[in-house]
Amino acid sequence: MSRNTLRRLPMIVSIVPALILQIVPLPDWADMARPDFLIITVLFWSMMAPRVGGLALAFVCGLLLDLFQGLVLGQHALAACLPAYLAMRLHLRLRLFPVLHQALMVFLLLALYQFVLFWIDGITGHPVSHWARWLPPFTGALLWPVWIGLLGHAYQRT
Amino acid sequence: MVTFRTADTRPILSRGPAAGLRFFIYAMLCITLMWLDHRHNYLDQIRHATSLVTYPVQVAVSSPANLWSWLQQTFTTRATLRERNDTLLEELRATNLRLMRFEALEQENLRLREMRAATTGVAEQVMVAEIMRVDLDPFRQRALINKGTHDGVFKSQPLLDAKGIFGQVTRAGAFSSEVILISDTEHAIPVQINRNGLRTIAVGTGDPNRLSLPFLPTNADIQTGDLLVTSGLGGVFPPGYPVGTVTQVNTAAVQTMAEISAKPAAALDRDREVLLIWVKQAAEQKDTAPATDPGTETHEPGNSVPADPAPQGEPPA
Repeated sequence: MSRNTLRRLPMIVSIVPALILQIVPLPDWADMARPDFLIITVLFWSMMAPRVGGLALAFVCGLLLDLFQGLVLGQHALAACLPAYLAMRLHLRLRLFPVLHQALMVFLLLALYQFVLFWIDGITGHPVSHWARWLPPFTGALLWPVWIGLLGHAYQRT
Repeated sequence: MVTFRTADTRPILSRGPAAGLRFFIYAMLCITLMWLDHRHNYLDQIRHATSLVTYPVQVAVSSPANLWSWLQQTFTTRATLRERNDTLLEELRATNLRLMRFEALEQENLRLREMRAATTGVAEQVMVAEIMRVDLDPFRQRALINKGTHDGVFKSQPLLDAKGIFGQVTRAGAFSSEVILISDTEHAIPVQINRNGLRTIAVGTGDPNRLSLPFLPTNADIQTGDLLVTSGLGGVFPPGYPVGTVTQVNTAAVQTMAEISAKPAAALDRDREVLLIWVKQAAEQKDTAPATDPGTETHEPGNSVPADPAPQGEPPA
């Protein structure tokens, strides 16, 4: 049990700065393009350690997002579970890809995440059809090489 | 590429279907949560409880920005302070002058209302709340304030700033509440033109500097510069508070509805402090509902567009 907790420690520690980056105040132009830090972190862990975090991590992070900025409880949770599941299923392949190729895949997964959010927004009657809504997947993919550098470094050291 | 050591120790092969099943379970759980939250509002209690957990994080996140503004305030120069003091004194003098007239008018209004045997219903209580520096969804006009049910805040409570209507509370947590601004695309506020009492609805556009009035016909009596005040219909906002000024009236003859924009009176994108107000709701409702006076009914028949289903003939404020 203690071994398990120890394994989960870097995971839990990495979520805190990601969550803070997610809600820290930014100027308007940057706010629109803010990458989904928390989701990128979840994708990283589902690729690198699918057994330890996995879907539970995606679910918890999604619920956190719902609590901090969502309109409907469960929206971000569902949207986070889908790309995390795909990343888990493909983790052996994804890990072997070169970083740029990985960033491309991450872009697709983040776009999927955004699409699920968009879809649920529409169903629950709060549609947002601003074009800038599709910026975060791009900025997220751009951030990916840096982010795995940081997280990978922290992970290796533990 | 960098290779990563994984914490995986169990065999790889036995995990296929289990992962799929787990995904299915989580997805079902999410959908149930959404259904309960959206359709039935069963989770309000849970949300209220979790706000106790999220509040400290939000305070921690907004503290650097608060520290910065505190430092700025502490180290302002004497000259700027004096300048600000002077402008404030100037404003106070002007306001006092207007207040003198206002008190006389209020007395007169009270007497008139008594003659009509109607309740005044403007006993209001005010509390200052601060907007927390935490970013919510960038595509919605929402904000978080640092007062909650602990301070008596309730859902759909109106908020003002120094210049006009700011928004209303959408979700009241224990120590913080979520607020929807009047400029949110999902927000609509019943308004009235101060000049002639014409009633309509002002809808948010997603832009903090623009409201739109989509429900007026092209021949409606409205001009740029007209002041929009709350009409008090709908029962959320108290009547008579400024909402904005009309900035643009576009009456193309081919269209049935005019395209009208207004600029909100409140500084929606710059405010740091807002006022929460408590109004005696029951008195308001009694006051507005049964009253009929033909004075405001001289408009075109097109005035009763579907946006304005409330009983016609509210006395102009």
